[in-house]
Amino acid sequence: MCRSNNSTTLAGAYSFDVTSREDARKDTDMIELTVNGIKRQVDVVAEMPLLWVLRDELGITSPKYGCGVAQCGACTVQIDGMAVRSCQAHIGEIAGKSVVTLEGLEKRDQHPVLQAWIEHQVPQCGYCQTGQIMQAISLLDLISQPTDEDINEVMSGNLCRCGTYPRIRAAIHAAAAKKMAEK
Amino acid sequence: MGHMQNLSRRAFVFGSAAIAGGIAFGAFGTAEAAATAGDNPLTAGLGPNSVTFNPWVEISPEKITLIAQHADIGQGVGSVQPMMIAEEMDLDPGQFEVRFASPSPAYFNTGFADEFAPFVAADQSPAAEEARAKTLEWLRQSGLQMTGGSSTLPDTYEKLRVAGAVARETLKAAAAKRSGVAVADLRTQSGHVILPNGTKVAYVDLSADAAKISPVLDAKPRDPSKWRMLGKPMTRLDIRDKVMGELKFGIDLKIDGMLYAAVKLNPGKGQPLKSYDASKARAMPGVKKVLEIKNGIAVIATNSWYAMKAADAVICEWAPSAYPAEQADHWKVLESSFKPEFLGKEWRKIGDIEAGLKTGKLVEAEYRAPYVAHQPLEPLNGIGLVTDKGMEIWVSHQSPRFVQYVAATAISLKPEQITFHNQWAGGSFGHRLEYENVRVLAEIANQMKGTPIKLVFSREEDFLQDIPRQIAIARHRGSVDQGKIVSADLQLASTTPLKGLLERSGRPSKDPDGQLAAGLWNVYYDIPNFRATSYEAQGLSPSTTWRSVGASTSGFFTESFIDELIHAAGLDPMKARIAMCIVPHYRKVLETVAEMSDWKGPLGNGRGRGVAFVESFGTPTAEVVEVSVTERGIRIDKVWIAVDVGKVVDPVNFENQVQGGVIWGLGHAINCELTYAKGAVQQTNYNHHEAMRIYQCPVIEVRGLENDPKVRGVGEPPVPPAAPALANAIFAATGKRIREMPFNKFIDFV
Repeated sequence: MCRSNNSTTLAGAYSFDVTSREDARKDTDMIELTVNGIKRQVDVVAEMPLLWVLRDELGITSPKYGCGVAQCGACTVQIDGMAVRSCQAHIGEIAGKSVVTLEGLEKRDQHPVLQAWIEHQVPQCGYCQTGQIMQAISLLDLISQPTDEDINEVMSGNLCRCGTYPRIRAAIHAAAAKKMAEK
Repeated sequence: MGHMQNLSRRAFVFGSAAIAGGIAFGAFGTAEAAATAGDNPLTAGLGPNSVTFNPWVEISPEKITLIAQHADIGQGVGSVQPMMIAEEMDLDPGQFEVRFASPSPAYFNTGFADEFAPFVAADQSPAAEEARAKTLEWLRQSGLQMTGGSSTLPDTYEKLRVAGAVARETLKAAAAKRSGVAVADLRTQSGHVILPNGTKVAYVDLSADAAKISPVLDAKPRDPSKWRMLGKPMTRLDIRDKVMGELKFGIDLKIDGMLYAAVKLNPGKGQPLKSYDASKARAMPGVKKVLEIKNGIAVIATNSWYAMKAADAVICEWAPSAYPAEQADHWKVLESSFKPEFLGKEWRKIGDIEAGLKTGKLVEAEYRAPYVAHQPLEPLNGIGLVTDKGMEIWVSHQSPRFVQYVAATAISLKPEQITFHNQWAGGSFGHRLEYENVRVLAEIANQMKGTPIKLVFSREEDFLQDIPRQIAIARHRGSVDQGKIVSADLQLASTTPLKGLLERSGRPSKDPDGQLAAGLWNVYYDIPNFRATSYEAQGLSPSTTWRSVGASTSGFFTESFIDELIHAAGLDPMKARIAMCIVPHYRKVLETVAEMSDWKGPLGNGRGRGVAFVESFGTPTAEVVEVSVTERGIRIDKVWIAVDVGKVVDPVNFENQVQGGVIWGLGHAINCELTYAKGAVQQTNYNHHEAMRIYQCPVIEVRGLENDPKVRGVGEPPVPPAAPALANAIFAATGKRIREMPFNKFIDFV
């Protein structure tokens, strides 16, 4: 269901053939990672997507569950500085790495992308917007003055059902201009 | 119903100035605000030294709370509704808290009166207004508390401003009594009553005094020319929290001691589970329990992902669907539904249709629209806790009282035993008018008494259980003679979205589904012979309201067919529509979009423009779409849209809603359908049902007009003209007429 494209790998990763229920419960591992600058430990199966570790184990809710199969981008976070779909990152593979969610952005209140999002009043329902913002930050790190084509290219993996795309474009251009002016 | 049939269109009092500024609702708003003291649901929870003047304002010595009457599904209710009260109360953003309304008949939706009364919106004859007044009375008596039908502003524009005015004047009266200064010498500003000597008394300090006097019920809202905030660009109250990731949607809530649930339900919607094998699931990590529920199984686990994985591993045998298992058979049923025994209603008849069809050149065309999913990005979810006293439920929903009914019915409680807490929604588009998550959550929580249960539908489950938009076929005929449209005979067979929803809400109706008339009968062109007829197909998939409901399919059928007739008559699509439009301020909407797009006829060079005009939910909307033919397919370059809502109360949000509606309409018309195979929909995630992504999104130029005599909603009306305007543009650019959605079955898009 989650990640149907590689369900074989997932199924194989579980010890489905164990006979005792108690043994199955010992499938979990103590995994350590850094989230928003704080060292955290979680006791879960290694295959659990980072998204669910953040949301249900650590109570960090800005990464949203939308599709579970990297089709919507609502769960986007940074792992070691790179924008990643947290529904696709197995917790076992990111042990020891540094995860930053929108809550953990430095100087969040003055962040040019977040400011542009507020000034342009981008959100409607807002559910996809934390993912949109994390992706836009990544875009502007890669390309400081993106064209509309650049925006289309990098932002097309982030779905917005309300249709805020015109404002997303405007906010990205505004944030780029603001960053340029600050240099 | 049926008053329209024998009336000539000339009998309508179209665009009459007799009803100015929404007098009907104005009178209602004042009366309602005045009459609710006994029924005010805020009274019960009032603390000491606190006061409430009506169901929308509560003041304690600590804080001011304003009630957002409707559900916030992204359309901005949680901002614009309290801002309408704040405007009248002279409150600034930051000086009040906002709370969603609890279930109560006091919050019945007056805005449905126009949509439910059997008259087209532009008809403002005394007979039409009388029918609307009767419908309003029915709404009041039934206490229908529902968000939908683009009714949030029509419902609240008058009554919330009256509610704010009553609060302001009563606070002034309390300050006058305390200070001995005459009310006439007092003014209000920024949450304070100001005395002539400059002394400021905070509203919160007046709450105890205000509770001891009678509310000033004859307070009048201010003229819009005096507005400080409304009508000007405002910052939505929820913007900062949404951008900072701090706003908690229903899915983000956590309650101490809570466990997580996921479900696997019969994809043959509404049918039961026959048998299941959960042995594998029970042994999976994090799993606490596997429960059998009416139409499936639920897994209880320590986290949502464990629950979803285990639910997926349960092997279920399902009872077969009650509707045809295969999609082809759904179409066959529709094809054979154009028969008297399936007649919904002949909604409107003008002139002599049979004679008209024999005059000049006959044009016939069949159109199709598939089932489509809602799929807001936040999947269905909810938290439920059942104790011996009843059930508490935290869920985002558009019909609070029906949530009580559905949850109570599922577990044999009384509706008043269900305590409902509405939540911010990550979109809806009609999805959160249905109840699958509510019913299932009640069953699960009832089996887990004493433990709060958080249910989250996986995206796949959400798709499988999504009750779709109606499926429909239209068979339209018309004739043209000597450069004029002589006749139009519009017929459609469809599943019934509104009837289905009402039935699942415990309010079954025997009336023909009025949403099948939307976009079909409310045609405002001067066509001397006209007929609009609906047939209601039986035995197909349950269907429900999807952003713009009936008009989302009929608008496409009607405005594509009108375009075909216009071309057959050798006319220009824009000029002909303007010339034929019989409602003066609707004509202005078309003229505006013509001016915005600088419409001058065919573009040539592989480019094309299409226009469409649809009035839905009382809001006349005209769109022009421009496309180019490229090597890789059709590119949508630009959209111009003009909408008349009577009053643009929140201009930024207005533009956002309009652009969003266009994108919704275009995206689904291009590439979305749900198809059944073996009784289940085949599309289970966004890669199968994508709608529009940013790379396909055109530039959208928006203009709001304020000529309509009533305040109208805008959440849905931009949707219906989008598909026909695009199809008409593709015809203009390529000569190819697309008569079925989704369009990408017939032509490629860039």
